[in-house]
Amino acid sequence: MATTNIMIVGVGGQGTLLTSRILGKLALAAGYDVKISEVHGMSQRGGSVVTYVRYGDKVAEPIVEEGQADVLIAFERLEALRYLHFVKKDGTVIVNDQRMDPISVVTGQAEYPEGIIETLKSRRKTMVVDAMSIAKSIGSPKSFNVVVLGASAKSMDYTKDQWIEVIKNTVPPKTIDKNLEAFEAGYSL
Amino acid sequence: MAESKMMLGNEAIARGAYEAGVKVSAAYPGTPSTEISENLVQYDEIYAEWSPNEKVAVEVASGASISGVRSMACMKHVGLNVASDPLYTMSYIGVKGGMVLVVADDPGMYSSQNEQDTRMIGRASMVPVLEPSDSTEAKEYMKYAFDLSEKYDTPMILRTTTRLAHSQGPVALEERVEPIDIPYERDIAKHVMMPAMAIKRHLVVEDRLNRMADDATDMKLPSGIALNRAEYGDNKIGFITCGIAYQYIKEVMPEASVLKLGLVNPLPLNLIKEFAAKVDRLIIFEELEPVIEEQVKALGIKCEGKDLFTRQGEYSANMLREKVLGLKLDIEEAEKVAPRPPILCPGCPHRSVYSVLNKLKIHAAGDIGCYTLGAVAPLSVVDTTICMGSSISSLHGMEKAKGKDYIKNWVAVIGDSTFLHTGVNSLMNMVYNKATGTVIILDNSTTGMTGHQDHAATGKTLKGEPTYAINLYNLCKSMGIENVYEVNAFDIAELESVIKREQERDEVSVIITKSPCVLLKGQVFPDKCVPIPEKCKKCGACLRPGCPALTRNEDGTISIDDTMCNACGLCMQLCKFEAIKKEAK
Repeated sequence: MATTNIMIVGVGGQGTLLTSRILGKLALAAGYDVKISEVHGMSQRGGSVVTYVRYGDKVAEPIVEEGQADVLIAFERLEALRYLHFVKKDGTVIVNDQRMDPISVVTGQAEYPEGIIETLKSRRKTMVVDAMSIAKSIGSPKSFNVVVLGASAKSMDYTKDQWIEVIKNTVPPKTIDKNLEAFEAGYSL
Repeated sequence: MAESKMMLGNEAIARGAYEAGVKVSAAYPGTPSTEISENLVQYDEIYAEWSPNEKVAVEVASGASISGVRSMACMKHVGLNVASDPLYTMSYIGVKGGMVLVVADDPGMYSSQNEQDTRMIGRASMVPVLEPSDSTEAKEYMKYAFDLSEKYDTPMILRTTTRLAHSQGPVALEERVEPIDIPYERDIAKHVMMPAMAIKRHLVVEDRLNRMADDATDMKLPSGIALNRAEYGDNKIGFITCGIAYQYIKEVMPEASVLKLGLVNPLPLNLIKEFAAKVDRLIIFEELEPVIEEQVKALGIKCEGKDLFTRQGEYSANMLREKVLGLKLDIEEAEKVAPRPPILCPGCPHRSVYSVLNKLKIHAAGDIGCYTLGAVAPLSVVDTTICMGSSISSLHGMEKAKGKDYIKNWVAVIGDSTFLHTGVNSLMNMVYNKATGTVIILDNSTTGMTGHQDHAATGKTLKGEPTYAINLYNLCKSMGIENVYEVNAFDIAELESVIKREQERDEVSVIITKSPCVLLKGQVFPDKCVPIPEKCKKCGACLRPGCPALTRNEDGTISIDDTMCNACGLCMQLCKFEAIKKEAK
């Protein structure tokens, strides 16, 4: 099988690491070779973060380069736009419809772009998820990233049972029920 | 088949150490090496510690090795500078039990102050260097490094890079093999490096490197794979490469001939000559410095390298597509959107201290940690950052250069962990050499930037056991400093008055600002700050320190994101109109 390239982007602290680890375990459990590349350290402090997951018969490099991503999972609108040129022309963008102002916007040195969702839609197949509202409605705002993951599940070739099994094995035990509920909410969109 | 697990490069290195029978590990946290020690914690057979700095860590590992057990020390690239003193001499002494230093370079400087190449230090110290290309190799190389260390009687360096350390791949788990305990023997000719002994040992070191270079052609990993491996394919182009760069070649040109080096110091020169003779065009593909390239050229072999590829940052597959295959890549331009650099967290105590320094127009000689972020707008307080511990000593240098009045609007700022790392030496120097400067220790009770590691003043070991906590106040007092003050980092009125007073004093002062890092586990934040729009005069004072939880509304009032706010109260204190209140969440 040709290698599938997935990118997860967001703001440091939004849970990109947990998401990439779920995707990595999923690929390994399905018998693929898989590599994940993460960002640790300074960038995790509220900066723009990106992690890569690649799986297939044999994977060499651990990163996804410009123009190569099959799926871009974005936890924040501006971050989706920042990394849009990484997505293949026929690739898919799943974006959490949330706005977080970078410090340059807060201090008035830069502007938060208008119409990001329209730009995304005009250039790539895009699915917009209001994950924070959904996560709040099930009483677990912190699980918004698993809602987004649920929404992205149909862009990848795993069964629902495979997803559920891996989520159970990855998230902290006390949060399994809430995370499965969050996944289901995203999956059924 | 052995059980396979997804592992970070760093996790795989820890696993390799476990399987190799390591008994003692010492380290100081540093991105991208930190997770090695954090993963060693799970193995009861290994004593693993956080040392106050890398020099201490390497000396701990050295003692363990001399006593006859397998030992290791882990650090980031700049940590090896701190540890270079024991490194260069341990190269002469060699080992009893195998000893490996894991050193993580950071091409692209994701979390570092420079981009140095550890292979160069390996050459300078005449210590052999291995470099793996993925998690699978990271574990196997770690084990093999101990075999080589003992066979050739030398400390070894396992060099990694950020991309390897922080990438995950499948790793097959194997059993731990307990090495035989080596009885101690007094051997001053080998273990006491004074001139008469060292002169002889230098010859041994040189001979050892030559032997290794000769043997390198046939070195085989425990799995039977050659450590230095010529993969012949299409002979029009041949690459010599090492580390993560190998993967980019396999991604783009799986058919090309590749000489993949696992031993990057000393180089297997015979193998290189043989490979070079078989390919039409020889390209050296190595991140950072032209370490292999210069040695290949010194053999009189024609090759390309840094004329095609940069010395800076990370390499990629697209680089090869463009520079070697000559492809014009169909890549859209990146959108020019507002940058999102890292920032201090909402509720960070450093922001509070910096808001006071900013108000008082004080310059800070800075140091290494999250608080380096105080250099940029809107806080704009930190003026210099060099290396661990340098804030205090560079402030001292300024005073000696320009006099005590010159530093009346300067302070040194340093974190608690960094202070214990090397800052404490610099403070001793201030006391000894009659300085008058003011030092602020930003004490957040942890090593913050690297992900919250304990240190000698937190009362907990790497393994999570309770231990004696060094008291920073008493430590400073014991040096003979009269003016040592502890202030709550969020009491900005008190901070302002203490800083102003101590700036005026013609003696060394230490102000310890105390408040735990907001990300430290186990804390509860029951409250949140809430704006009262009818009282708001839209002055923007609350926004000035750049807390990410605050945003300005279109009408000039503010909103506070209640998922981010933990009611540190800085914005409340800055508001003169009582237009922000605390409420239960």
